[in-house]
Amino acid sequence: MQAKKRYLFLLSAGACLVLLFYFGGVQLPASGRNRHDRSHNGYRPDQPWPHFSDPLQQFLPWDQLDTEEYNIHISPRQKRDVNTSVYKGKRCRMDSCFDFSACKKNDFKVYVYPQQKGEKISESYQNILSTIEGSRFYTTDPGQACLFILSLDTLDRDSLSPQYVHNLKTKVQNLHLWNNGRNHLIFNLYSGTWPDYTEDLGFDIGQAMLAKASISTENFRPNFDVSIPLFSKEHPRTGGDRGYLKYNSIPPFRKYMLVFKGKRYLTGIGSDTRNALYHVHNQEDVVLLTTCKHGKDWQKHKDARCDKDNAEYDKYDYREMLHNSTFCLVPRGRRLGSFRFLEALQAACVPVMLSNGWELPFSEIINWNTAAVIGDERLLLQIPSTVRSIHQDKILALRQQTQFLWEAYFSSMEKIVLTTLEIIQDRVLQQESRSTLMWNSHPGGLFALPQYSAHLGDFPFYYATLGIKPYPKFTAVIHAVTPLVSQSQPILKLLVAVAKSPYCAQIIVLWNCDKPLPAKHRWPATSVPVIVIEGENKVMSSRFLPYETIVTDAVLSLDEDTVLSTTEVDFAFTVWQSFPERLVGYPARSHFWDSNKERWGYTSKWTNDYSMVLTGAAIYHRYYHFLYTNFLPASLKGMVDQLANCEDILMNFLVSAVTKLPPIKVTQKKQYKETMMGQSSRASRWADPDHFAQRQTCMNKFASWFGGMPLVHSQMRLDPVLFKDQVSILRKKYRDIERL
Amino acid sequence: MCASGKYSSRGPALIPRMKTKHRIYYITLFSVVLLGLIATGMFQFWPHSIESTADWSLDRRSVHDAPLIQLPVSNPIPERGDLSCRMHTCFDVYRCGYNPKNRIKVYIYPLQRFVDEGGVPISSTGLSREYNGLLSAISDSEFYTDDVTRACLFVPSIDVLNQNSLRIRETAQALAMLPRWDKGMNHLLFNMLPGGPPDYNTALDVPRDRALLAGGGFSTWTYRQGYDVSIPVYSPLSADVELPERQPGPRHYFILSSQTAIHREYRAELERLKEENGEALLLLDKCSNLSQGVASARKRCYKGQVFDYPQILQESSFCVVLRGARLGQATLSDVLQAGCVPVILADSYILPFSEVLDWKRASVVIPEEKLPEMYTILKSIPHRQVEEMQRQARWFWDAYFSSMKAIGMTTLQIINDRIYPYAARTYEQWNNPPVVKWLSVNSPLFLPLIPPRSPGFTAVVLTYDRIESLFRVITEISKVPSLAKLLVVWNNQNKSPPEGEKKFKCPECTAIDGLSLDQTHMVERSECINKFASVFGTMPLKVVEHRADPVLYKDDFPEKLKSFPNIGSL
Repeated sequence: MQAKKRYLFLLSAGACLVLLFYFGGVQLPASGRNRHDRSHNGYRPDQPWPHFSDPLQQFLPWDQLDTEEYNIHISPRQKRDVNTSVYKGKRCRMDSCFDFSACKKNDFKVYVYPQQKGEKISESYQNILSTIEGSRFYTTDPGQACLFILSLDTLDRDSLSPQYVHNLKTKVQNLHLWNNGRNHLIFNLYSGTWPDYTEDLGFDIGQAMLAKASISTENFRPNFDVSIPLFSKEHPRTGGDRGYLKYNSIPPFRKYMLVFKGKRYLTGIGSDTRNALYHVHNQEDVVLLTTCKHGKDWQKHKDARCDKDNAEYDKYDYREMLHNSTFCLVPRGRRLGSFRFLEALQAACVPVMLSNGWELPFSEIINWNTAAVIGDERLLLQIPSTVRSIHQDKILALRQQTQFLWEAYFSSMEKIVLTTLEIIQDRVLQQESRSTLMWNSHPGGLFALPQYSAHLGDFPFYYATLGIKPYPKFTAVIHAVTPLVSQSQPILKLLVAVAKSPYCAQIIVLWNCDKPLPAKHRWPATSVPVIVIEGENKVMSSRFLPYETIVTDAVLSLDEDTVLSTTEVDFAFTVWQSFPERLVGYPARSHFWDSNKERWGYTSKWTNDYSMVLTGAAIYHRYYHFLYTNFLPASLKGMVDQLANCEDILMNFLVSAVTKLPPIKVTQKKQYKETMMGQSSRASRWADPDHFAQRQTCMNKFASWFGGMPLVHSQMRLDPVLFKDQVSILRKKYRDIERL
Repeated sequence: MCASGKYSSRGPALIPRMKTKHRIYYITLFSVVLLGLIATGMFQFWPHSIESTADWSLDRRSVHDAPLIQLPVSNPIPERGDLSCRMHTCFDVYRCGYNPKNRIKVYIYPLQRFVDEGGVPISSTGLSREYNGLLSAISDSEFYTDDVTRACLFVPSIDVLNQNSLRIRETAQALAMLPRWDKGMNHLLFNMLPGGPPDYNTALDVPRDRALLAGGGFSTWTYRQGYDVSIPVYSPLSADVELPERQPGPRHYFILSSQTAIHREYRAELERLKEENGEALLLLDKCSNLSQGVASARKRCYKGQVFDYPQILQESSFCVVLRGARLGQATLSDVLQAGCVPVILADSYILPFSEVLDWKRASVVIPEEKLPEMYTILKSIPHRQVEEMQRQARWFWDAYFSSMKAIGMTTLQIINDRIYPYAARTYEQWNNPPVVKWLSVNSPLFLPLIPPRSPGFTAVVLTYDRIESLFRVITEISKVPSLAKLLVVWNNQNKSPPEGEKKFKCPECTAIDGLSLDQTHMVERSECINKFASVFGTMPLKVVEHRADPVLYKDDFPEKLKSFPNIGSL
């Protein structure tokens, strides 16, 4: 009995002990460990940062800097020279390895070495060279040049490749302008070879800059090298295909969430990630396929998974997956970059990067977080949950951005090369460089020239983003080509009508007539200033020169014989304020593909759609004057001047290439339709039977330079809200447009 | 608790020998255990009050209470920073993990006072006011964790803001002694004044293994892009001086130079500019008649004329920020605060937070060599641009420079954006001041796309019970070739929708046909508009005077040749 009691007591005591340990010994340290560690002075290490009550010293004593800065005896100029001598090779930067003095003030010219006889150059490199030679940066005078491009093919530096150029070292050293590579730019797509694929080019590049694909952050010299995308031999030279996204779908999900189809390397550099992909493949919406079947002796190296992987691989079509997936995996290959990247970008399949240490293409200017998901190879297994966690709105934005970037910088070899040059130009001309916003938003850095203005608000593209509006007045520019003989000439009527518009700030008469300027008193008295500029060369293109006297954002471009009423002008201007980046005009024209002649056709017939408005009466942003003058090549402007024709077509091409949108046609008085364009001088020009044929020729010439047809059709005309509605005409603001 | 545990553990061994009074013994044992339990329970439920009293006492805590740690001379020193370090090579991303908030966890080491074997502290200032402020801010933020095992980033409490007050070797040893140091992996150091005489390195000289450095004054050669964070040099004046924001616009002076320690070559260059351009330039220097110290920091002089600093900065459009011995200058912060556009002349300098901030919109960077051309360069900048830069400068200060908290949070957010790039803050979020964020319009469909006709459109018809009118709409709209789908939303709880093609008659419908003409209806809609506008805080609707019509609308043209002949013929 006693023993029983004893055991009972023991048991309960034991239970109590267990309880005691449970609460006191286990739980206490977990929840209140800190309290236990507390020392006598109340100091608790693992707690939020304490609020100290004692007066603390400042990190920077008031006098430290003064005394320190006076300590420096070394002259700043000396210091710069020291940098130049110390930071070479892998540590090259613009400050130490580039000679800015070679670049003439505000001018960035590029010299291409003449091609040596017998030197073989791959088609890709030939394309790069001809792009530069056709660009506005090109100079044949090395004395003018800021940047030098080799005519030796450096694209493929894989010594096992048939394109590999031997003895490059000596060839380069023998160039008399080489100057240890200073101010040289070297293009490269492939470097190193099996098995380690180093990024060494196999010759001493000295202080030259690299424009290189698959470059690693380790070797990339920031703001000195340029990372370019890997592109294939078939990549188009100009123009290039547009992105595949034709319309936005909401919700933005596609059949597959994440796809990949590509080689697996089994062993060696860069094989780990692709070897592990099968863990994430789920056969449903995450389809990651690899094949071992590549190379001659793949059978020898194959592992246990190969047969299974190969079978799965053949079940899916790459193109089908590419176009039907929300995300596309872009894992590294042997080298860091792969073709998958551009393919995904074009297909509007958001790239999911798995290539640790790859300096992404044009990383200096492109914010890739807005168009791609930058994954980490170490976190491969998290990738599905990561992409699934991305909100639909974000997917929609990412997808659109892939298309913008593709068309702005990647769709052709020309764009890749020009982007590279523009990036370097921005570094050289510092004060006239683009902000991140200009590079990363429509229409992109190639169309937004910083030489025009450093102020974003001066461009037609950023009003909405910045929450501002264009200046609410316009400058009329009248192109005068006939002498002033009578006071009833259309130009005078036009001047009076335009000046009456409350939105008119000033009128510029561009005197492109061979006769001398008429006396000042011959111009009618107007409430706005009339400035007469004598055209220097009296050529057609001069009507689109960026005259400094144009101070308003809007330009109303006019032919001297245009017939317009004040109301028509007012209405067109209010429309333009809603569409400041587009051309707003009255008479419209259209283009079409003539399949018989296999060329573009031009028509002035009344049709149900249009793709151009005549610039004899059109409102647009003054930036397009700058762009017309500075962006277009001399060959096209020369053609316009020589024919004294097609300037309006060229302007329409340019604006549509920038905006990717059609111009806007607004209402005009119907009874004037026939007479609006074409009396006196203009009539002679339009009556010329060659005139029409010339315009056909122009269209095709322009389309070939743009690398495609930028014009876009529209079926819409903008009319005043109550236009021809059955309400009293007195209630209509723009009633004059309807009046006969 | 310990005592009772000991006592009871001895219990069982004693039992057999204690034949008498065992009952008393058991009762004693039992009550002791019980008491222990109760005490434990008390301890469990009381801590709140204990903690609050502890907290109260914490407010009066002193840095001198921190434990004193002596560093043996032979202690290991970390390796110098590895220049090739990048997030994927020197940062352990597994510690950060996947979390739904996409936010890194930051741990702060408890404060310790390190001394060498002779008892001399490793730093002359110890914990500075600024570093204390920075750590408090982190500790109060959502990044903070007190659980060292869950931390992704570790911030030592060793203050290295100013290298000048450090003993380099000992500081490095102290870092290496941190319990989770592990070659500096995932450790973040904040330093604003790196280097020392005579050549002033542009990064902290303290050997630090793989630790990340948030440094003020990096040059392009020491900055590990994508790994380090370039931070501003905090200006202590920020805390003391309040400069009200001024409207952007032209100022009394065009260019102002306020730095006191400018290299004589550069000062000579500035004097020359002043000679050429006269009153437009104000060239300030130290006041010779004032004693050193706080007062002199707040005054600047030009030929005996005394100016208040930093107030005088507000009187100029542009303010020169020249490199000194170091690239990073606290003046930059003062200049931004004043809404003066900084003109930065410091070749190879990595501007603060340049990874996310678009300095093109807030500053002018001129190569040192072009100092003589400064005036011409600045004159060529359009006024509107200057105004935008003034506004932008002030905004940068407000958001990213104004306090140690702002600097610390920005740094952590930048690192956070690297670890969770798909949840990174956007360019607009970083760079647009509130007024722009408010006014700007960013369409979710920003790509200029003209969709083809092929997918067509979905018609959504909202209906209550006007069946006849509904069927009329359906009949008409189904004639449209581009119609892909028609969706009828039956918005009537009392009736079920009609089935199939059956036609319903609705005599009472006509009674409410005149609805839109009803006066009360208009009043209601006006009220809606006002309510919505007040919720939006602004009127988002825009008025236009145009309407889209087909190209040949109402033109004198054969109707059968028009694409949309019936429009407007109702």
